[in-house]
Amino acid sequence: MAKVLVKGNEAIAKAAIKAGCQCYFGYPITPQSEIGEYMGAHMPELGRNFVTAESELASINMVIGAGVTGTKAMTSSSSCGIALMQEAISAMCCAQVPGVIVSVMRGGPGLGNIAPAQGDYFQAVKGGGNGDYKTIVLSPSTVQEAIDLTYRAFHLALKYRNPVMLLADGILGQMMEPAEFGEYPYKDPDVSEWALDGANNRPARNIVSLHMPDGELEQLSNQLFEKYEKAAKEETTYEGFMLDDAKLVLTAFGTVGRIAKAAVIRARKKGMKVGLFRPITLFPFPDKQLHEAAKKADMILDLELNHGQMLLDVRSAVFGACPVEFYGRCAGGLLTPDTILEKVEKLYSELDSKKEAGVK
Amino acid sequence: METLVYKRPESLLKNGRFTFCPGCGHGVVLRIIAELIDEYNLKNDTIAISSVGCSIFLEKFFDLDVAGASHGRSPCVATGIKRCKPEKFVFTYQGDGDAATIGFNETIHTACRGEHITTIMINNTNFGMTGGQASATTLVGQVTTTTPEGRKAELTGYPLHAAEIVAKCDGTAYSARVAITDSKNIMQAKKAIRKAFEAQIKGLGFGFVEVLATCPTNWHMTPSEAVQHITDVTEKVHCIGVYKDITEQEKL
Repeated sequence: MAKVLVKGNEAIAKAAIKAGCQCYFGYPITPQSEIGEYMGAHMPELGRNFVTAESELASINMVIGAGVTGTKAMTSSSSCGIALMQEAISAMCCAQVPGVIVSVMRGGPGLGNIAPAQGDYFQAVKGGGNGDYKTIVLSPSTVQEAIDLTYRAFHLALKYRNPVMLLADGILGQMMEPAEFGEYPYKDPDVSEWALDGANNRPARNIVSLHMPDGELEQLSNQLFEKYEKAAKEETTYEGFMLDDAKLVLTAFGTVGRIAKAAVIRARKKGMKVGLFRPITLFPFPDKQLHEAAKKADMILDLELNHGQMLLDVRSAVFGACPVEFYGRCAGGLLTPDTILEKVEKLYSELDSKKEAGVK
Repeated sequence: METLVYKRPESLLKNGRFTFCPGCGHGVVLRIIAELIDEYNLKNDTIAISSVGCSIFLEKFFDLDVAGASHGRSPCVATGIKRCKPEKFVFTYQGDGDAATIGFNETIHTACRGEHITTIMINNTNFGMTGGQASATTLVGQVTTTTPEGRKAELTGYPLHAAEIVAKCDGTAYSARVAITDSKNIMQAKKAIRKAFEAQIKGLGFGFVEVLATCPTNWHMTPSEAVQHITDVTEKVHCIGVYKDITEQEKL
C-alpha cells in the first residue's frame, strides 16, 4: 500500500479499525479529539460500535464490558482524562481484561494546558491506580510507528489479557506525515477459553476483581507478575541508533526520541561519538539492553518533556555503569535539535577534558 | 399425592448459599431474578454484572456468567457487553449506594442512551456492606452511622428518587419502584422485574426496577420490624408505582 499523508490522531484511529477494533468508547479532550471524530464517522458505517460516553470513567468501563467478551475495544483520552481511568485500569489488570487505551499527553498538572508534554510517563508506566499491577505501555515517535504500535497494542492486549496503553503526545497527535497502513500482522489468540458469552454447554464463568478468601489475591498477584515477566522476556523493544561506538548516549522516548535522533546526526557530523537509545516499550522497559549500552558509554544524557520521569528507570537500568545527566523542558516547552546539540557539545567537551586529566 | 410447591431455580448455583444478614431483602430479589431467567429460558444466554456493596457476590449465588464492575460502573460494563453481544441477556444488579449515589450519572446516561439492558437496584436507603452509612436515598430523619442524629435536610439535602428520574429519560422503556414486604408485593415485584426483562427482550430500551428492601442489621431492627418500617415509613417517601411502561408496544 502506498504512503498517505495523515495526521497522528487519525492514523491511530484508522490503524485501530484495521486492527479489528469493534468498539470505540470515548469522551472528547484536546489534543486527541480527532481520534473520536474519526471513529464517530467510520465505526457506524462499518457496523461497529461507537459511543460517546458520559465521562472517561464510563468509557473505560465500557471497554471493560467489551473486553470481558473478548472483543477488541479501545478508548482514547489525554492526561486528566486518563487520570479518571486509573481505577478501571487497575481493575482490568486484576481481572485480566484486555483493552487498548490511547493517551495523547498534554501539559499538566491539573488541567494544565493543551501543549505537548511528557509529564504522564509515571501515570502510564507506574500506574495511578491502586495495587500491584503493570500496564503494557508502547511509545511511538513517528506517525508510522503510531500505526504499527496501534496494531501491536491490540495484539498484546489479547495475548496478555491486560490493558495496553499507547502513549503519544500532542505533537505526534497533531502532526501530519507520510505513513503506510500495512495489513494487521498478528495472529490473535483464541478467546473462547475465558470470554463471557453465557454459560452455554459449559460451567458458568466470572471475570471479577474482588478476591476475598485468604491467600487468593496473593496467589493471583504472583501469577500476574509471572505474566509481566513473560512480557518482559518476549516483548521488550527499543531503537538503538549509532550506539556501537557512542561515548555519549542520549535516552529519550516518543516524539523527543526523533528530535534527539536529529541531534545525534548533527553531532556525528561534528565528529562527536553520540548515539541514541529509545525505549519503544516503556513497560516492559529495556533495562538490560540499556545497561549494556551504558557499560560501553562514558555518559548518558536523558531527554524528556518533563522534570525527569523516565530518568528514574534510566538510572535504575544504568545502575552506576556510567554517569546519567538530565535535560528537560515541560508543559509546552520544547526540546529542539539545536538546544539538545548545545547540551551535547557541553557534556562532550567535559568528557574529553576529564579523559585528558585521566579521570574515568 | 405429592405436590411440588418449591423448586430451586436452575439459575441459582446448586450448592450456593446466600450470605446475607437475617431478614435482608437481597435473597428474595435474587430468587425472583433466577426464576425469571429460568422462565424465559435465558440461563445459557445471560451475562450478569455485579456491583460494589452487598450486591457484589453474584457469582457465588448465580449459575450464570458474571462480570464484576467498579463502584457505580455496572451500567457501563453492561453497555460494553450488550454492544458486543446484542443477542445476550444482560442485567446489572446494584444497590442504592452504587446505582443512585456514586453511579447515578452512569444510570441516567445508560437510560438516556436507551441501552437494551436491565438494571435492578436494591434500595435499602444506606450503604449496607460498609456498615450503614447514609446514601443518596437515605430518608430525612433516618439515623445512620454518618447521620447519628438523623439525616438533616438543611445539611445534606433530600433523598434521590431514582425510579422517577429514570422514567423521565427518553431511552427508558420501563421504570418502576416496588417493595418486597409481603406475598402480594413480592408478586408485584416479580411482575415489574418481568417487565424490565421484556423491555430488553423486545428491544424497546432500558429497563429499571428499584426494589425497596430491608436492611435490619443497619437499621437496628428485627426482620419483621424492618418490613413494617418499609410499609409505614420508606414507602411514604419512596412511593411504589410504575413510572414508565412501554413494554406493551411491539418493537418499532
